[in-house]
Amino acid sequence: MLNKEGIAKRIAKEVQDGYYVNLGIGIPTLVANFVREDISVEFQSENGVLGMGPFPFEGEEDADIINAGKQTITTMPGASFFDSATSFGMIRGKHVDLTILGAMEVAENGDIANWKIPGKMVKGMGGAMDLVASAENIIVAMMHTNRAGASKLLKKCSLPLTGVGCVKKIVTNLAVLEVTKDGFLLLERAPGITVAEIENATEGTLIVPGSIPEMSL
Amino acid sequence: MIRKTVRNVQEALDGVTDGMTLMLGGFGLCGIPENAITELVRLGVKDLCCISNNAGVDDFGLGLLLQQRQVQKMISSYVGENDEFERQMLSGELAVELTPQGTLAEKCRAAQAGFPAFYTPAGYGTEVAEGKETREFNGKMYVLEEAFQADYSFVKAWKGDEAGNLVFKGTARNFNPCMCGAAKITVAEVEELLPAGALDPNEIHVPGIFIQRIFQGIDYEKRIEQRTVRQRT
Repeated sequence: MLNKEGIAKRIAKEVQDGYYVNLGIGIPTLVANFVREDISVEFQSENGVLGMGPFPFEGEEDADIINAGKQTITTMPGASFFDSATSFGMIRGKHVDLTILGAMEVAENGDIANWKIPGKMVKGMGGAMDLVASAENIIVAMMHTNRAGASKLLKKCSLPLTGVGCVKKIVTNLAVLEVTKDGFLLLERAPGITVAEIENATEGTLIVPGSIPEMSL
Repeated sequence: MIRKTVRNVQEALDGVTDGMTLMLGGFGLCGIPENAITELVRLGVKDLCCISNNAGVDDFGLGLLLQQRQVQKMISSYVGENDEFERQMLSGELAVELTPQGTLAEKCRAAQAGFPAFYTPAGYGTEVAEGKETREFNGKMYVLEEAFQADYSFVKAWKGDEAGNLVFKGTARNFNPCMCGAAKITVAEVEELLPAGALDPNEIHVPGIFIQRIFQGIDYEKRIEQRTVRQRT
């Protein structure tokens, strides 16, 4: 079974040379730590920066340079700043190549729910609805089951939706799956995890095409 | 040169009254119009509708207006980080219209650019699209969203000149340029107010035509919400 770093490490392998990538808050943020150093990638943050770098050294924080999680950051050579409308123009206009975000639930048709739990304080969708409605290449990073042990890969989402039919790929602590018209197609198993364990943890339709390779990290 | 300078924040906020719709720039606490917010608190204007991506924290930013119960409605994309906000929202004192962030930015820009409405894919099939017109273009579904109509827009820039031209710094730019000229009156506060001619016309982010009043801001706190650093190796 993978931990959060493991999930981030596996997703980092999906990042290709020349990609502009938007990383959501949580596990997705960790992906930046594991991207190969021999490829050129720029990270976009929807509050208005392309070419995000690592956190600043202590004493070098700048209140005017933050990411969408409101954390102080630095920029890389070639970085740029822009306004929010331009930022979402990049996203809506499909200029960002890959979006990686977390989810509470994903349905077998690619629906995603990640912004609201009825009865709990709703903080808002931020940029998530714009991102999922626009991006062509969306990878969800999440645990396969919730804290109560219930599957997060469902036939149909039970929570209010963030977007419909938009998720293409999911990387969890147990598996890598692709969303197809027939359901979740199992591509890889996490180290030490059996197909039966993945089947047990998946409520939605799971397609197992023969023997499933263990993922390499 | 058409001069936009006013002497101070009091003059800049002249005409703001109860029940108005205000746009306020900023993302989190980054690039917020600190001086205008302080003056709104001092004026004590009430029943405001505030369009702002976030709602500040309890004791800073828009949280200051919420503490004084001056806000009747917030239009935002994300409103965490504020206990008083949560209390007023749950008790029904405060109305909240959650709007996808890109839609929020575009509703400002549409108002600035003279578009009454636009189609966006964001929110299609979700509760955000309920009651709104939807339409298919090239096989994909879109939601019709209308431009904002606001009375005042308060923005914060790094540098500005007497003609109202603005230059922003870093990610403090965020919603500020989209809100310039998106309300009946746009008020810009700047860290450094310069004479006309001091800014290179090639490097201006927002032309002064979108600004009605500009003033030299004071005492910027620029609070950091999440101070994250790495260790020197």
